[in-house]
Amino acid sequence: MEFVLFIFLPVIFAILVPFAYKKIKGIHTGWFVLLVPLVLFSYYVSFLPLVMDGGHAISEMKWIPSLGIAFTSYIDGLSLLFTLLITGIGSLVVLYSVFYMDREKEDLGSFYVYLLIFMTAMLGVVQSDNTMTLYLFWELTSISSFLLIGFWYTKDKSRFGALKSMMITVFGGLMMLGAFILLSIMGETFSVRELIAQAPDLMNQPYFTLALVLLLLGAFTKSAQFPFYIWLPDAMEAPTPVSAYLHSATMVKAGIYLVARFTPIFGSASTWIWLVTGIGLLTLFWGSFFAVKQTDLKAILAFSTVSQLGLIMSLLGAGAISYHATAAIFGFATYAAIFHLINHAAFKGGLFMIAGIIDHETGTRDIRKLGGLMSVMPISFTVAAIGSLSMAGLPPFSGFLSKEMFLESMVALRHFELFNFDTWGIMFPIVAWVASVFTFTYSMYFVLKTFIGQKKFEQLPKQPHEAPIGMLIAPMILATIVILVFFIPNVIGKWIIKPAVMAIQPTLYASPSAVDIHVKAWHGFGAAGLWLTIGVVVFGTLLYLTIPKWQPFYRIQPEKLSLNNGYDALMRGSEKGLNRVSRLYMTGKIRTYLLYMFAFMSVTIIAILFIKDAFVLDMNSFTAITLYGSLNAIVLILSVGFVVFAKSRLAAIIALGGVGYSVALFFVIFKAPDLALTQLVIETVSVALFLLAFKHLPALSTHGETKRNKVVNLIVSLSVGVMVTLVALSSHSQKMIPSISQYYKDTVESEAAGGNIVNVILVDYRGFDTLFEIAVLAIAGIAVLGMIRLRVSRKEPNDENK
Amino acid sequence: MEFILAILVGVLFTAAVYLILSRSLLKVILGTGLLSHGAHLLILTMGGLGGNAAPVVLDGVTDFADPLPQALILTAIVISFGVTAVMLVMAYRMYAVHQTDNMNELRGNDEHD
Repeated sequence: MEFVLFIFLPVIFAILVPFAYKKIKGIHTGWFVLLVPLVLFSYYVSFLPLVMDGGHAISEMKWIPSLGIAFTSYIDGLSLLFTLLITGIGSLVVLYSVFYMDREKEDLGSFYVYLLIFMTAMLGVVQSDNTMTLYLFWELTSISSFLLIGFWYTKDKSRFGALKSMMITVFGGLMMLGAFILLSIMGETFSVRELIAQAPDLMNQPYFTLALVLLLLGAFTKSAQFPFYIWLPDAMEAPTPVSAYLHSATMVKAGIYLVARFTPIFGSASTWIWLVTGIGLLTLFWGSFFAVKQTDLKAILAFSTVSQLGLIMSLLGAGAISYHATAAIFGFATYAAIFHLINHAAFKGGLFMIAGIIDHETGTRDIRKLGGLMSVMPISFTVAAIGSLSMAGLPPFSGFLSKEMFLESMVALRHFELFNFDTWGIMFPIVAWVASVFTFTYSMYFVLKTFIGQKKFEQLPKQPHEAPIGMLIAPMILATIVILVFFIPNVIGKWIIKPAVMAIQPTLYASPSAVDIHVKAWHGFGAAGLWLTIGVVVFGTLLYLTIPKWQPFYRIQPEKLSLNNGYDALMRGSEKGLNRVSRLYMTGKIRTYLLYMFAFMSVTIIAILFIKDAFVLDMNSFTAITLYGSLNAIVLILSVGFVVFAKSRLAAIIALGGVGYSVALFFVIFKAPDLALTQLVIETVSVALFLLAFKHLPALSTHGETKRNKVVNLIVSLSVGVMVTLVALSSHSQKMIPSISQYYKDTVESEAAGGNIVNVILVDYRGFDTLFEIAVLAIAGIAVLGMIRLRVSRKEPNDENK
Repeated sequence: MEFILAILVGVLFTAAVYLILSRSLLKVILGTGLLSHGAHLLILTMGGLGGNAAPVVLDGVTDFADPLPQALILTAIVISFGVTAVMLVMAYRMYAVHQTDNMNELRGNDEHD
């Protein structure tokens, strides 16, 4: 069994969802959908023993073998961790959505189809070994995220948020594609594993740094790092299960995954360490600082997600230092990154679900209207408190362990001596600590303002009460995990984290057990982490208590200088600018477009004639010039001149007839009696038709054509004329292959028993052509009749007929 | 003779394109008429103008004109007549509805951009 096919299980199941939604009215569609992540989760869990010993599994399905593009499912410590997150949190989110999404009011069919598409895309991202399919799935996550954010598409804000997230993440995706292409040029393969194997050679290649920066752009946009994070708060317009799933637990971690996956290739570069650590820390601080400014529960969580993603990112950057320094403390950072990633998925998923419950049960997410909910929603409060305290980094919750590891790693950065870290290194622990203080503050802000304090129930749109038990199951499971992990961190470490760390740094560790880290909650009074944590709690509490005093200072930042405003201006500007550019050449007039076509055609053909030396003039093959022919040529030119310069319609039509008749005369001169006859008949009928139609048409007019118009037209038409003349001469002078005429001449009597070769060709050799030609004429006749008979019923000119 | 005809074809195409690029719909139709004449002569010229007799197999006659271009042109003449007829009627309808033959005004409105 090729297990690569399991990636596609959700999307195949998605085909059935609309039927289930339409046909089975009595049961919430979510119950069927729940099967998919549950089945996948239990299947992928079976890989744990293999991966725990440092092994990996691979399954491949060729897609475009000639280009080396394949669907691959590569399961190692890192991809298994993400796979379990996607399917595990996915199960809980679907379960939660069953109670959150109303069966009667919401379009569940579309919702679950999008969600399942996302699941496939996300599994594809983390399991693909082929960069091209990785890119494909990456963009698919952006698209499904777009569809899910815009799920309530009647709301302006939903559409805006959806578009914003798509613009930014797809931009990043394209940059990442550039990095993949550069990597494939340097390494001559699309396979990530093969690229990793050549990592030392890639270092010295000219495109190395460019590929590095492009790849990070992809990762930073997806994982909402500064300054690209601005799409994440707007993405909160999505239904809450989506926010919990895509925008905190899985999709935004795709960037983290990318950085982790490519650490073996880029990790030893100083640019990588500086960018990943620096941007990560900046994002951590920025997100935590602005989280306290928010008043919407989900916006607080969005900024906190931004900040926590920055934390994980900076740890991955610091972890890459272990390529240069052997001190165990640097290996610590990668471990902490993975550990915190798991913890964050658990507590943040739970917090989002609680925010959704509050929204569901009270009708608002505005923290200014909420308060004192603890007495009516005790279970929700418990879960929220567990999540928030874990986020703040307090024992006995899992966040405490990883937060402390984070602080220790940052403190250790001081001791790193390469790449100017000895001068600037001190900045890292300071920023990290300040950000942690704000993290503590917004965690308290989130839970205390909502559940404790004054009861303001009369301001709420709904009378609050505890959520139905079904809705609480998923967050309760997550809260249990948060507590459980605190007590058994090393079991998780052995089963999941160490294999992942080994996958990120395969050159440093021979097997997962070689990652020599033992997590414990108590390091003794001498540990830096302990004192830093105590400091965080003290200052964080102080800040929380004084929020009303300093919160107004956020207003100092003018709206005009915000990143959001920059994005809006960029969008407006590019829309206007590009509109102007396209208006420059897209005039809407047929004449302009014809001008482009004629000019392009003549220039390219003339150029090719001379570049390729295709122009040949063979004077010897020409026939002698005859008197009648020359006279007729003069007549023709004169009548053409009359057509062009005629002032009246009648003169023009008659001159056009003259052209036709002299063409007929040419046919006579060149021994083509059938043509001459046909031409004479047709020309006569045409002239009659012209006269008939022109009776209903206005007089000739130039419609104010300027001299410049005329000169441009003349130049273009002259070049077309020259081009045609050259082509005519050139094609006459050289015959590449013998003409088929000889065959007709030889067989016309024996095969077709005819004498007039032209007629036999038309009715016998090319009989079907003639038949269809008749059909074309018949259709033209019907069209003519139709247009004459057609009576436009509405007389008043509508918009289109201005 | 081919040389003269090639130049004639060039003249026909030049005049045709010039008319097609003008603002008056009537001139555009006249231009397409000239264009089809030009195309017919082009095919004839490319095939060669040799031969002393019409392409009819009679006893003893072997030096006749190339029948293939003639067969092609015969088809083309008929089709171009169909095209001219449709264009004329279309112009007639168009004028009946819009009361103008100015190509610059016949460009839809800005809402369609």
